Amino acid sequence: MNNVSDGVKIGLEIHCQLTALNTKMFCNCSSDYRGKSPNTLLCTVCTGLPGALPVLNKRALEAAIKIGLALNCKISSNSNFFRKNYFYPDSPKNYQITQYDKAGGVAIANDGIVETNLGKVRITRIQMEEDPGKLQYEGSITTSSNTLIDYNRAGISLVEIVTEPDIVSPKHAREFLNTIQSIVETIGECDSKLDGSMRADANVSISDGRRVEIKNISSFKEVERALNFEITRQKTIQAASKMETRHWDDVRRVTVTLRVKEGEEGYRYFPDPDLPPMIISDNYIDELLESLPELPDKRFQRFTQEIKLSEEIARILIRNKIVADYFEETLSYEFNPKLLSGWIATDVMGYLNRNNIEFVDMPIKPEILALLSKSVSDSKINDSTAKSILLKSLSSGDNIKDLLKSEIDNSSTSYDLQNIIDTVFENNSKAVEDAKKDPQAIHFLIGQVMKATEGRANHSEVKKILEERLI
Amino acid sequence: MSILSNKFEEIKEKNKSINAYITFSKLTDSNSNGKLSGKTIAIKDTISTAGLRTTCASKMLENYIPPYDAHVISLLKKQGVIILGKANCDEFAMGSSTEHSAYGATHNPHDLERVPGGSSGGSAAAIAGNLADFALGSDTGGSIRCPASFCGIVGLKPTYGLVSRYGLIAYGNSLEQIGPMAKTVYDCALLLECISDYDNRDATCVNNKKINYTEHLNDDISGLKVAVPREFFGSGTDPVVKKSVWDTINKIESEGAIVEEINIESIKYSLAAYYILAMSEASSNLARFDGLRYGLHSGKSKDWNELFSNNRKSGFGFEVKRRIMLGTFALSSGYFDEYYIKAQKVRSLITNDFKKIFNKFDVIAGPTMPTLPFKLGEKLTDPLSMYMSDIDTVSANLAGIPSISIPCGSSNSLPIGIQLMSSHFDEKTILNLGNKIEQIRGIKNE
Repeated sequence: MNNVSDGVKIGLEIHCQLTALNTKMFCNCSSDYRGKSPNTLLCTVCTGLPGALPVLNKRALEAAIKIGLALNCKISSNSNFFRKNYFYPDSPKNYQITQYDKAGGVAIANDGIVETNLGKVRITRIQMEEDPGKLQYEGSITTSSNTLIDYNRAGISLVEIVTEPDIVSPKHAREFLNTIQSIVETIGECDSKLDGSMRADANVSISDGRRVEIKNISSFKEVERALNFEITRQKTIQAASKMETRHWDDVRRVTVTLRVKEGEEGYRYFPDPDLPPMIISDNYIDELLESLPELPDKRFQRFTQEIKLSEEIARILIRNKIVADYFEETLSYEFNPKLLSGWIATDVMGYLNRNNIEFVDMPIKPEILALLSKSVSDSKINDSTAKSILLKSLSSGDNIKDLLKSEIDNSSTSYDLQNIIDTVFENNSKAVEDAKKDPQAIHFLIGQVMKATEGRANHSEVKKILEERLI
Repeated sequence: MSILSNKFEEIKEKNKSINAYITFSKLTDSNSNGKLSGKTIAIKDTISTAGLRTTCASKMLENYIPPYDAHVISLLKKQGVIILGKANCDEFAMGSSTEHSAYGATHNPHDLERVPGGSSGGSAAAIAGNLADFALGSDTGGSIRCPASFCGIVGLKPTYGLVSRYGLIAYGNSLEQIGPMAKTVYDCALLLECISDYDNRDATCVNNKKINYTEHLNDDISGLKVAVPREFFGSGTDPVVKKSVWDTINKIESEGAIVEEINIESIKYSLAAYYILAMSEASSNLARFDGLRYGLHSGKSKDWNELFSNNRKSGFGFEVKRRIMLGTFALSSGYFDEYYIKAQKVRSLITNDFKKIFNKFDVIAGPTMPTLPFKLGEKLTDPLSMYMSDIDTVSANLAGIPSISIPCGSSNSLPIGIQLMSSHFDEKTILNLGNKIEQIRGIKNE
């Protein structure tokens, strides 16, 4: 399942908190709310006291524009804030300050595009909005007799990234989310490692089925799982599929009906009279564009064109800023891009994925990986030995330096390459004669030598010696 | 302080018949070197005062004591004014008679049987009844000028963006301004000077160069171009009001002003547009009053939805509920284009028409209120006729221009007010002309 021909169409709404900001979106309260005592980061504005007025944090605007530029969006020279009206206890004003795309509403950025390994995804718009507070329950939601409200999060700056339904599979969704994550990390405006700093809602439809929205997806891994579940669900009950909002239950790993979707009628959107339109000059946009660091797309080009990595490997590396940074750091110690990129993209990341380990928790330092690659370049060990040292270190936690040392000691004491070659030549005299006439036949002899050294010999070194002796 | 204390007791006594105040403050020492040192002021109860109960004349906020001062209050405290208390008004400033107060109606000091106008009726009555030297009101569709006219005092609605709204409990936040109310134009100019400092806590506040309005009160009015729109003298206008206003305009003319009658076609749509916009905004602005964090709490409920409903049901008065419901309706999908969007278009039209007029004229003049102060209860059961009282005032709020009401005569001892409007941030022109009208009428400045 999950190929394009399924007719699967997925759109995502990604909420990114602008975690690099020191203060909330419309007041001067600290935005560093994680781990703080409930209801301690509050003021007249973010608790919606009568008469208090919001004033836009200019940094929020700056961050939103930067993200817009990074996702190749058009930045609106004149955009505005709307109120989304709904009664809910986590919202101190009973409306949310947000942006809107109808009734004269203009979002800060529109019409972007993001490239992924599995295809392009168009960005519909990026809008700025405030986070609501948090409802908390003693014990579980069903047994708690009280609902507690913590408004510390109320008024935290968010951007919501809305995509077109261009995503064709759950895997593509994951890939896209990783790309977005990498971009906002690169810009430095959203630290996705912070709990709840990036959240996604998904909408999915199959062929001409109704659009179903899935909310409450807590992590990007869960997005893939939730979508897989939902697609299977819709396929099996397609006839009865209806337009609705479903809730992802990540314990039971199923989606459950939340409410039949009523559309946007209930929200009574209208322009917020307290916030004048945001007029943005071309100069300011140009300034921000110049200030942007190298984005994943640019890095991809550099990796493929200058460092000559394959597109596939380059795409894997740039997808996560931490990985790409790590790779570049290894290069600063030992410039062997092909070997190092392959190890990182395939061996290291494969191991981490299989074992559910985040890259940041990977214990091997860049200079150590570089050292391992240098041992290969210096012909002290061969590629496959290096690879097995790497995997051994990852799984056992043994120090690479120690593993490398014992391997080199071992190889130099356990065999004498010239002696082994002599033996191979004696035992394979016919092959030696063949090889003297046909250069292709040398590979059989190399294979025999490698076998005799249990794969520890350096392939190219063996080849060189053999070539000399065959003349 | 003791002289003031005696005076304060007198004021409290007199207030019993007028009901201009909802809450009296405790007198404290004030700065003796300010522009308003020793002067007393009544603050409309829609303006937040730290430590002093601010009810918006609603049961909803019966026990609400703001933890902060509105920007204008901080500014006034610096000028040494003595805050006597919080003035009565229509609940959440929704009304034109100060009858819609959870704390009882305010009575017009000129005739206790009659309304003082609204919604800043307590502020106006406090001045007219000598219960304060100054007052602050707020004006969303005429709420300063209407009671100023009915109580025979001066009241000015500043240009939108001149005075910070920080701390003003919002009714229609795209329309309203806090403004000065006093016995004379000079006092109004002085109070405006004190409250018009830029405030970065209100994003709609404009950072203009500060003007000392009292220094522009004796400028010559010869050659001043005054437009008189025929629409301001519609069929609902009481002939005595019409006569009094025209008499005054004629006197201005004989002082050298150039007067011309004009038409502003779009004015006929202003009342409808105003009510749609104000109610729409109100429905959202008043959503925060759910009783959860502050305000009236009606007891345990089975869920938050029921809790909110119960709190709002028992906390809001009838007129507030009516406007919230109408505003909610106007913003609802399917009606939004027909009402809200159309009202916004009318607003742009009116704003443009006013701009064009101010390219040719300095001032627009007309009556503030179409009628004399009506009797208490007379219009309570007829909301439409109550809304019609705002017909001449709302266009200034839609256009965001300054507008002042100045006493210009009376009929059977009931006051009549003339309304003057000018271009954005040109308060000094109408203050100067108002000052001239006072001179013509023989009213002396301090």
